[in-house]
Amino acid sequence: MSAREAILGRIKQSLNVSGDDAGRKHTVKSRLETHPRHTIPERGQLDLEGRIGLLAEILEGQSASIAPVAKIADVPEEILRYLRGHGLAPALRIGENPVLRPLDWERAKLEVAAGAADTHTLTGCSTAFCAIAESGTLMLLSGPQNPATLNYLPDNHIVVLKREDVLASYEEGWDKMRARGADIPRNVNYISGPSRTADIEQTIFLGAHGPRRLHVVMVK
Amino acid sequence: MLAGTGNFTENTRKALEDAALQKALGNVKRGFIAKRAKARAALPEFETLRDEAKEIKIHTLAHMDLYLARYEAQVKRAGGQVHWARDSGQARRIIAGICKAAGAKSVTKGKSMITEEIGLNRYLQAQGYEVVETDLGEYLIQIRGETPSHIIAPAVHLNKEQVETDFRSHHKNLPPERPLSKVSDLVNEARQVLREKFVNADVGITGANFLIAETGQSVIVTNEGNGDLTQTLPRVHIVAASLEKVVPTLEDASTLIRILARSATGQDISTYTTFTSGPKREQDLDGPEEFHVVLLDNGRSGLPGGEFEDMLRCIRCGACLNHCPVYQSVGGHAYGSVYPGPMGSVLTPLLQGVSEARHLPHACTLCGRCEAVCPVRIPLPAMLRRWRMRDFAKKPPLAKAKLGLKLWVFLARHPALYRLITTPVIKILALTGGRKGRICALPFGGAWTDQRDLPAPQGTSFMARWRKGERP
Ligand code: SF4
Repeated sequence: MSAREAILGRIKQSLNVSGDDAGRKHTVKSRLETHPRHTIPERGQLDLEGRIGLLAEILEGQSASIAPVAKIADVPEEILRYLRGHGLAPALRIGENPVLRPLDWERAKLEVAAGAADTHTLTGCSTAFCAIAESGTLMLLSGPQNPATLNYLPDNHIVVLKREDVLASYEEGWDKMRARGADIPRNVNYISGPSRTADIEQTIFLGAHGPRRLHVVMVK
Repeated sequence: MLAGTGNFTENTRKALEDAALQKALGNVKRGFIAKRAKARAALPEFETLRDEAKEIKIHTLAHMDLYLARYEAQVKRAGGQVHWARDSGQARRIIAGICKAAGAKSVTKGKSMITEEIGLNRYLQAQGYEVVETDLGEYLIQIRGETPSHIIAPAVHLNKEQVETDFRSHHKNLPPERPLSKVSDLVNEARQVLREKFVNADVGITGANFLIAETGQSVIVTNEGNGDLTQTLPRVHIVAASLEKVVPTLEDASTLIRILARSATGQDISTYTTFTSGPKREQDLDGPEEFHVVLLDNGRSGLPGGEFEDMLRCIRCGACLNHCPVYQSVGGHAYGSVYPGPMGSVLTPLLQGVSEARHLPHACTLCGRCEAVCPVRIPLPAMLRRWRMRDFAKKPPLAKAKLGLKLWVFLARHPALYRLITTPVIKILALTGGRKGRICALPFGGAWTDQRDLPAPQGTSFMARWRKGERP
């Protein structure tokens, strides 16, 4: 008997059920198909302004920063301002991102490379699929447009987010993902601040392995 | 590895005398408890979420075979492989086999209690692989040759001075005069040293907090981002997880995520929560070529439907450890098992056998705090009591204890005799207690009074007062 058969068989034996019990199968099938929601905290269930305010408040409390811009064309200027403000080199790396690639980076005198991050990448820039107000969380989907290494290897991570994509809860984020119709990507990344550790004497320190800084550019 | 549980009494004595450990344990009390209380107060729905989380787990366990099969099918659909392992030995061999087939030399690891349970590091190292823990806490204990002392804060027993000493002796190629007295110096040095390991690893191994049957995703939560680097940079990604990690849907996972970090570190959510399925997709610019999941049983398949089923609800948040007066006093290593504290005292005998781990269920004051904070409401004290009963039934009690109990039963069945004997005893004890109302030494009771005082009886017995017509 294979380990698989042995393990599944023992579980059934413990539960005192047989595998082809139609009732159990039906229960499982309908749970998976209807994926019912449980209690969703009220704190995130606000109008768009309220959700944006909550997202910003929580993210800033986690030592991230957030800046609004009026239109997508203003993103390079804002990124330049941010990098200068922190004394960082005016260079960044993006994926094959259909939103970021066409922007006029040259005018902002930003040096932009494309592709996955390596250990020399100082600043990575990605686009968020949406954000979750209740916990101050950015939700990113991996793929050629957002290579996952951009989120974790560079010292600084900049995320471009559309205002109307600030949702109330995790559940709304999952519904939005299901509505895409496409297969799920390898990674769905929830990011709720810069990297941190409290492993030495419970003292919080930013930039453990991942980015030391997280900056969100919110586009109207 | 599961070893050394038998020395619990000796271990506790040493732990209580260890000044550095006692200082470090102060951080548990000050940190985790207050943070959890704050997070709980900030979320009015917290208690409701706990009830729902418990229900999610109960439902899942009752259909565990079906959800595991669905999870497996979804992983395959995404291009990954699922390996089933009956016990630690089989799991170790499967993982070593994957490393060998990949022609691997070096392995990085994200934090995983399952790989601690199966003793993976030593096994892989014996076969010549370089194995590097990347969670900062795990790295600290790895270079010290220790095991984790806490399931979410493995190095909670260490102070920064100890870390400085270890780094100086371990990172020999760095300038000896470098400053290392601040936490920031230490974290930056670990970041620098581990970067190179991340990039050069052939295989990355992570654990999983949840396995989602609906989508075939495994979920990891970290604050450092080390888990993501571990699973994104190498050519091969292996997830090591135990059976009970499976949950039905993304909605179910969402509810559990809401209570996990709040119970653990008091955060609304950990900094990074990552849902992963399969290897890199064809168009992807990064990510592993191969994706494997090793599903570990180790006795768990026998638990659903039985008297220890509730333990399979555990989401490994660590709250029961943080709130346990015994854990707070002696730390995790004294337990001598991979899983310490209340959850470890219930789980270890299930994995290791009650005769090996029989001291653990007795290392409990039955104060009930663990159950009060457990996010999935596991009745830990009741289960510990069950273990004690089993242990008691197995081994003959000491003759002295037996005689004492017999005497007690006889007296309890003869109320007149009972009162005749106890009335003068109460008087004597009250007199001994004097005005302080406390007794500091007692014949035959040295084991108790050596460490603490016995409160002296106040006034007469309940029966005497009842007869006099006193009513509460
Ligand atoms: S038993 Fe409960 S409190 Fe303890 S680690 Fe598990 S889930 Fe957390």
